[in-house]
Amino acid sequence: MSCEKQVRTGLTGDEAVAYAAFHADVDVIAAYPITPQTVMVERLSEFVHNGELDAEFVPVESEHSALSASVGASLAGARVFTATASQGLALMYEILYIASALRTPIVMGLANRAFSAPINIHCSHDDAYAARDAGWIQFFAETVQEAYDLVIAGFKIAEDKNVLFPLIVNLDAFILSHSIEPLYIYEGKEVVREFLPPREPVNPIDPDNPMTYGPLALQNYYMEIKKQQYEAFKSINPHIKKVLEEYSEFSGRRYDFIKKYHVDDADIIFVILGSAAGTVREAVNRLRKEGVKVGVLSLTLYRPFPANEVREVLRNANTVIVMDRSCSIGSPGAQLYLDVATTLYSLPDRPRLVNIIYGLGGRDMFPDDIKKVLEVIKDPKVTEYWLGVRG
Amino acid sequence: MAIKIRRLSDIPREEYIVSGHALCPGCGITPMIRLMLKAIEGPKVVVNATGCLEVCTTLYPHTSWKIPWVHNAFENAAATAAGIEAAVKVLSRKRGWKKYKVIAIGGDGGTYDIGLQALSGALERWHNFMYICYDNEAYMNTGIQRSGGTPMGAATTTSPAGRVIPGKPQPKKDLVAIAAAHRIPYVATINIAYPTDMWNKFAKASDILENEEGPVFMLYLTPCPTGWRMDSSMTIEAARLAVQTRMFPLYEIDHGKLRITVRVAKPKPLEEYLKIQGRFKHLLLPENKELLESLKKWVEDNWRRLERLSQLESLY
Repeated sequence: MSCEKQVRTGLTGDEAVAYAAFHADVDVIAAYPITPQTVMVERLSEFVHNGELDAEFVPVESEHSALSASVGASLAGARVFTATASQGLALMYEILYIASALRTPIVMGLANRAFSAPINIHCSHDDAYAARDAGWIQFFAETVQEAYDLVIAGFKIAEDKNVLFPLIVNLDAFILSHSIEPLYIYEGKEVVREFLPPREPVNPIDPDNPMTYGPLALQNYYMEIKKQQYEAFKSINPHIKKVLEEYSEFSGRRYDFIKKYHVDDADIIFVILGSAAGTVREAVNRLRKEGVKVGVLSLTLYRPFPANEVREVLRNANTVIVMDRSCSIGSPGAQLYLDVATTLYSLPDRPRLVNIIYGLGGRDMFPDDIKKVLEVIKDPKVTEYWLGVRG
Repeated sequence: MAIKIRRLSDIPREEYIVSGHALCPGCGITPMIRLMLKAIEGPKVVVNATGCLEVCTTLYPHTSWKIPWVHNAFENAAATAAGIEAAVKVLSRKRGWKKYKVIAIGGDGGTYDIGLQALSGALERWHNFMYICYDNEAYMNTGIQRSGGTPMGAATTTSPAGRVIPGKPQPKKDLVAIAAAHRIPYVATINIAYPTDMWNKFAKASDILENEEGPVFMLYLTPCPTGWRMDSSMTIEAARLAVQTRMFPLYEIDHGKLRITVRVAKPKPLEEYLKIQGRFKHLLLPENKELLESLKKWVEDNWRRLERLSQLESLY
């Protein structure tokens, strides 16, 4: 029985994320403006300044301080939201690892934007990939509705005492951040409270129970502490699944680690993150009419990488085409490709793997481009292809 | 109201930072921390920037701190403190949680240099917290490299007393003026050789924090036997001479009013301060007379500037 106190409205991705943080009744917001995330912090500061949301909005002087203040507020026991994009994430980089190791369940809205240079404000997944090893849970939203829902579910996941890791909700720059889409939102934070009660922190800063947070650990302890963090992160997927199931029930919208489309009998399966999954599905519809057995696997959960689920879907395909909206310079493959290749390596009968680099800096991808990919890979020597690039 | 003291025996005996840490013999940091934690009343948290104090007091699995203590990174003690302060405010309002005071501590590298932006942001946003810079005038934790707080002429491992360039050519940055430029309620310099003066400044800070008036900034001259190249028995003597030669004047800016709190009517010759420290010994050589004169002029100009400013009703 899903929550009936929802209204149909139209919001941009940034606004939806701001509403989600508002409806999650966050305590502290520390963020710095950067295109295309700025609308998130503008809306949140309006909610606070108009008295609709009882929170402290900390208008920091940089993204580095945004995440630093978030860590402090989270250690103190507050529910904390921050947001950034691209260069801002790069400036936060040092503190990403600390936030995870200190087990601060901060939720971040990340409007995926290309890294400079050349400077560009449009979509690439460089920033999300840059955070891939930092110990943050990462979701990719495909729609504005998903961006809204994953922030609310994200707080419950991050703050779960079996999880206690920070969490990023990725949404593609402009394609989602600035496009108005229809979605359901709850009537207010009182409604969401039924699913997400106020945070009950584990070991917050407390002068009656003094603790030392962030000490120095050298050769004799560092490795054990890192292993504990690594194992803890590896163990959280069942807990994420449980909360997603709970949220699916609450919202009436189904959420899982992955989304499958015509994969069961597919010879060729595309693997993709973010908003372009819909474009590939449309291409699959057209190709299926021509009798080509293609399918799409899109990932909602990117970190921890849902390797078992991905392997199960891809094990019977002849060809797996991994679509990366970034490139890893000097690497044998782009970032998602490496994850998929590693995941499939243990199979006795591995499918052919192709890496497609697409959409960098916001370049559009159309269903016909996907057809083009199928033409290109007819040459069995092709292992990597930059889609839609001139010259 | 915070406790005022007239003599050292008035200082409460309870300790909040305990022995067993790894700071060098004669290190000037902990005597200040001990006093500060007693003078700032009520429940409190310390946010520590990366540096000597941080690495030497929290070598896992041990800690010297009997109060909550947080280390995030090098340049972000002020930002981390700002986040904690924001959380304390909202959680007391929304959930009735107990309030506590927030104290950020960083060295000169973490404050004059890499942490200056975060400090300025936190002061400008008017968080209720105290920031203490323990200024030992170089990056001592990494091995005595020059910082914005290193005085003119001092030899460090990145401003060595070379044959062509004898020590650091540039004068010390005026961090107190930078803090005061934010027009915060209270800014002061403190020194371990003048513990009652230091205590009474902390007592004022404690009241300001209790009343949630806004940020407080303190600059603490921290003699470092290792980096200043002197005997570990000379800590208090060096600290005292820094004041008596007017090298490090003790003053406060209380809601805009500047007061010199330790008057030095007849300063001792600067050489008395310099000659006990290996980092300055080249300044006493005949070939570096000009540099010594420049440093003396800087010291006198600085003192005269403070005297002039102390005549004003308010700097703000």
